[in-house]
Amino acid sequence: MPTTTVEARNLGKRYKDTSALENFDLSAEAGTVLGLLGPNGAGKTTTVRILTTLLSLDTGSASVAGFDVARDARQVRRRIGLTGQNPAVDDLLSARQNLVLFGRLFRLTKARARERAARLLEQFGLAETADRQVKKFSGGMKRRLDLAAGMILAPQVLFLDEPTTGLDPAGRREVWDAVSGLAADGTTVVLTTHYLDEADRLCDRIAVIDHGRNVVEDTPAGLKRRMGHDRLELVVADHAELAAARGLIEAVASGEPAVDEAAGSVSAPVAEPVDALTATATAAREKRLEVADIGLRRPTLDEAFLELIGQEDRK
Amino acid sequence: MTTTNPTMTRETLGSRLKWTIHDYRAIVGQEFAHIFRQPANFAWQLGFPIVMVLLFVYVFGSAMDVTGAGAGVDYVSFAMPGMFAMTMAFGFTNTAWAVAEMKEKGFIDRVRSMPMASSAVVVGRNIADTIHAAVDLSILALIALVIGWRSDGSLLETLAAFGLLLWLRFALIWVGVWLGLLVKNVEQAGNLFAVAFPFAMVSSVFTPPDLMPNWLGTIAVWNPVSATATAIRDLYGNPLPVGDAWPETHAIAAALIGPIVITVIFLPLAVRRFRGLGR
Ligand SMILES: Nc1ncnc2c1ncn2[C@@H]1O[C@H](COP(=O)(O)OP(=O)(O)O)[C@@H](O)[C@H]1O
Ligand SMILES: [Mg+2]
Repeated sequence: MPTTTVEARNLGKRYKDTSALENFDLSAEAGTVLGLLGPNGAGKTTTVRILTTLLSLDTGSASVAGFDVARDARQVRRRIGLTGQNPAVDDLLSARQNLVLFGRLFRLTKARARERAARLLEQFGLAETADRQVKKFSGGMKRRLDLAAGMILAPQVLFLDEPTTGLDPAGRREVWDAVSGLAADGTTVVLTTHYLDEADRLCDRIAVIDHGRNVVEDTPAGLKRRMGHDRLELVVADHAELAAARGLIEAVASGEPAVDEAAGSVSAPVAEPVDALTATATAAREKRLEVADIGLRRPTLDEAFLELIGQEDRK
Repeated sequence: MTTTNPTMTRETLGSRLKWTIHDYRAIVGQEFAHIFRQPANFAWQLGFPIVMVLLFVYVFGSAMDVTGAGAGVDYVSFAMPGMFAMTMAFGFTNTAWAVAEMKEKGFIDRVRSMPMASSAVVVGRNIADTIHAAVDLSILALIALVIGWRSDGSLLETLAAFGLLLWLRFALIWVGVWLGLLVKNVEQAGNLFAVAFPFAMVSSVFTPPDLMPNWLGTIAVWNPVSATATAIRDLYGNPLPVGDAWPETHAIAAALIGPIVITVIFLPLAVRRFRGLGR
């Protein structure tokens, strides 16, 4: 039977003049990866800070690993790991020194801390650079070290606040692999992100948050189904042909085409993406339209949010 | 999966104390690792007082008549203790900067999310900074000796003087912790230098308050940095004619009490601020 490891009910939190969370619910089952997806300022960090005992809540209640975050903060702290929005590692020290330090602060003996550091360096692919100063690390390496620091006690629940923000694609991949590895080992992970693809790739369930409220919660597949259609985009080489391009797109679109004069592009949502793409490409060739680029793209997160939040408002 | 259970389930007072000391040691150890990793950084922090002293002793000092016996006379024995006191006074900016950086980087958050004594960040910082200051002072004293400064006091008096300096530094660490938690980011912490400058300078460290305009002189006399500077000059056996305000005639008492007052005000502020991080 699945057990609930993270359970938050009716969370409310106000900062002086902003309400950061209102009646916010969240739950994650043991051994799953829960994504908290939302734009900047949605309340993701506030949620993570409350669940990791860093911030008091105004209303509602939350428990992590079976303990109440307000009443049993110490018990919660023994069972969680946290990787904050910025890598909280000591730049001046080496990777190994960092992990030994955190191990010590997690109250391991020196020998135990060293042993644990060595294991984690291995696990997170940092063994070879273990003794180099962290200052010289790439963004991805630093993040992996940060993750390793959160894993010192092999926590039941690991919280990651925007683990890949600011990383290049290679760095993101490194972090994704590390998180997938942890999830496969059975750690419950709660991660926040504003990247749809990241949530899609890593999470078992995604909770969308905006303005401190629940928008929707679903599996990645379910969420994508709700998120409206792919967009077909056509970029012409000669801007004089924009009108013709608009005509082609309109023929297959399921919604109003958007024209970007400066970029020379026309795009519109399409219900049958692959059919629409092939039909349009064929039509363009027949009409001898010079195509600079043609392709399908997912709605940007902004578009997706607008759509989701719009649906929510209409309810 | 490995389970590494660090703490027993029930904590007695004794074990709590033991672990708290363990936490403090870890934080202090971190500071030492910094010094070993970055001796250059350490040297830079000392660069400012050294430049100041060279400037004052060799540039302004030749025009400064501190003893009434003529410009330039005995300026080294006046300025060196002043420089020691000034370095201690500026020290709180280092503390503030270090705390602001720990906060901005999320280090404090991480530590607060751990089952350790959260006071370790603050107290450990204090111990580390006091040790750091002791090392600073030793280096400065060596430089002072090279320039020609001598303590005429007994060994005990000389050591007592260094003790008073560290006492001041210790008290100001609470100011540093409080400010470090108060500022928004590291950049703002860097700007604290602008606050530290008048605090350290409107005092008797480099200029006798007698030579300042009346109102400024009064501030300088009551500045705790002055009391420490005057007290250590007495202890080093480089006393100077001073005014008749209480902190000047009872410099050692003032140098003992001043830091207590600072601690009484700023320790609770720092603790409150630290607790307030969770609100
Ligand atoms: N310390 C604070 N003081 C005042 N307002 C804050 C503070 N922290 C966050 N906020 C506000 O609360 C809202 C939620 O912030 P946050 O949880 O950081 O969002 P996210 O992590 O999703 O970007 C935002 O409007 C933000 O401006
Ligand atoms: Mg955030």
